[in-house]
Amino acid sequence: MRSIDGAVLDLKRLDLLATGDSIIHRLDARAKVVTTLFFIVMVVSYKRYALAELTPFLFFPVITLALSNLPISYILKKIAAILPIAIFVGLFNPLFDREIHAVLGPISISGGWISLVSIMGRSALTVGSAIILIATTGFISICHALNRLGIPRVFTVQLLFLYRYIFVLTEEAARTTRARELRACGKKGLGFSSFGPLIGHLLIRTWARAERIHMAMVVRGFSGEFHSRQINRFGRNDYLYVIGWSLVFIILRSKDITAILGAACTGLFS
Amino acid sequence: MSHHIVEVKNLQHVYADGTIALKDLSFTIHHGESVAIIGANGAGKSTLLLHLNGYLAPTVGEVRIGGFPLTQETLPEIRRTVGMVFQDPDDQLFMPTVYEDVAFGPCNLGLPEEEVRQRAGEALEKVGAGHLAQKPPYHLSGGEKKRVAIATVLSMSPDILVMDEPTNGLDPFSRRQLIGLLKDFHHTRIFTSHDLDMVIELCERTIVLHQGEVKADGPTIEIFNNAQLLAECRLEKPLSMQGCPVCR
Ligand SMILES: Nc1ncnc2c1ncn2[C@@H]1O[C@H](COP(=O)(O)OP(=O)(O)OP(=O)(O)O)[C@@H](O)[C@H]1O
Ligand SMILES: [Mg+2]
Repeated sequence: MRSIDGAVLDLKRLDLLATGDSIIHRLDARAKVVTTLFFIVMVVSYKRYALAELTPFLFFPVITLALSNLPISYILKKIAAILPIAIFVGLFNPLFDREIHAVLGPISISGGWISLVSIMGRSALTVGSAIILIATTGFISICHALNRLGIPRVFTVQLLFLYRYIFVLTEEAARTTRARELRACGKKGLGFSSFGPLIGHLLIRTWARAERIHMAMVVRGFSGEFHSRQINRFGRNDYLYVIGWSLVFIILRSKDITAILGAACTGLFS
Repeated sequence: MSHHIVEVKNLQHVYADGTIALKDLSFTIHHGESVAIIGANGAGKSTLLLHLNGYLAPTVGEVRIGGFPLTQETLPEIRRTVGMVFQDPDDQLFMPTVYEDVAFGPCNLGLPEEEVRQRAGEALEKVGAGHLAQKPPYHLSGGEKKRVAIATVLSMSPDILVMDEPTNGLDPFSRRQLIGLLKDFHHTRIFTSHDLDMVIELCERTIVLHQGEVKADGPTIEIFNNAQLLAECRLEKPLSMQGCPVCR
């Protein structure tokens, strides 16, 4: 269960990265939130067999990552961590969808396989961009930005607390399991019978702790209002960022760039 | 200023599981006083402190801060007045970096950024944690966490400082530093402690809790000279009053 501990520290590291400095870090949170949301909507809007069309969208996360000074291997690992979920979602597509869509020499590829890979690609793109957003902006600033974009406070506060709660729960889980392991004297655990009370105990502790942390926030004047570290104005760079990327996304979405490039190439060589 | 009087009247608290943690407590603490609340483990010290900013509600009785009862309307203002440091610093630190955690309070007070930075910086310096500003709180040692937790409250310049075992887990130097800091703080101070030498140094007045009741309330020196009382309440004379074991 040490992995629980590790996973949380890792998540926290994501938040910590947001305190760094780079061109991307310095952009207004709203600009990054809007652009990322737009990117996600565009990627998700593709049909299930879309694959080649998606590849140019890689530019957005890759370029942002390159400009943001983030540890690339760490971000890639985070993205890789969610891929099993995507595989699970698309697991049965190859079984049910056996219509042949493409033939590569002796291998014929069914629609199911294509859609499975497409689901994985889209998950990697959307989750990747979301992770980069958090790592360059910080969750609190994101909530703050959503607020200023007109999302009601009720929702953003909920979101913020949910995020905090994940930390609290996993921290408590790590402590509890550590205490249990140490007292299990090297045995593989104390059997199933000790798990029920353990989980009940965990929930109560988490609840109490979340309440105390909320208290600590309230004591220090928290009234549901966010004050993010940098409250910058929406400047020229921000407009450029939002408009520039949006145009790119719209062009990519409306025209199949890969097909055009492909056609151009084949035209060139023939 | 009558503003910072803390009044506790017939306070009783029964926890949800039926534990009677406090039975019929009454006392008044005036502005500028420095009061220690001492007692054995489980005597009800932490429970009492959690009533002072409305975290727990009395089962019976009343708590008044600056003449106001703790109600839904007065609560935000009272929580701003009463700065509380919890027994467990992990409950108090929740932001990604130490600096942001210390700045959280002043930010919420709506102070301009320049002043927020100044206050956070000063508070961190006061507890000797300036060099930790950019670290994440969960990577600190126990004592460092405690110091930062104290800084998060100091940065709000509270009028009443309430601390649950502030020197617990501090090294001798930090403890000294904290004692000096509390000496310089001229508003009302209320804290619980098992560090009886600190109590002697800082507080003219001491309240002794025993099984949820006020067993004694008076000048610190008198209380520590009452051997019978101390024995009954599972306490003992501070080392500084016991005479040197080597010279004796
Ligand atoms: N949430 C709770 N539910 C039930 N009983 C509680 C709860 N918290 C504390 N108690 C009980 O209330 C009594 C007083 O606890 P409290 O935490 O106030 O003691 P304390 O004086 O602060 O002790 P210590 O010196 O160990 O910190 C104890 O008997 C404790 O078991
Ligand atoms: Mg206590």
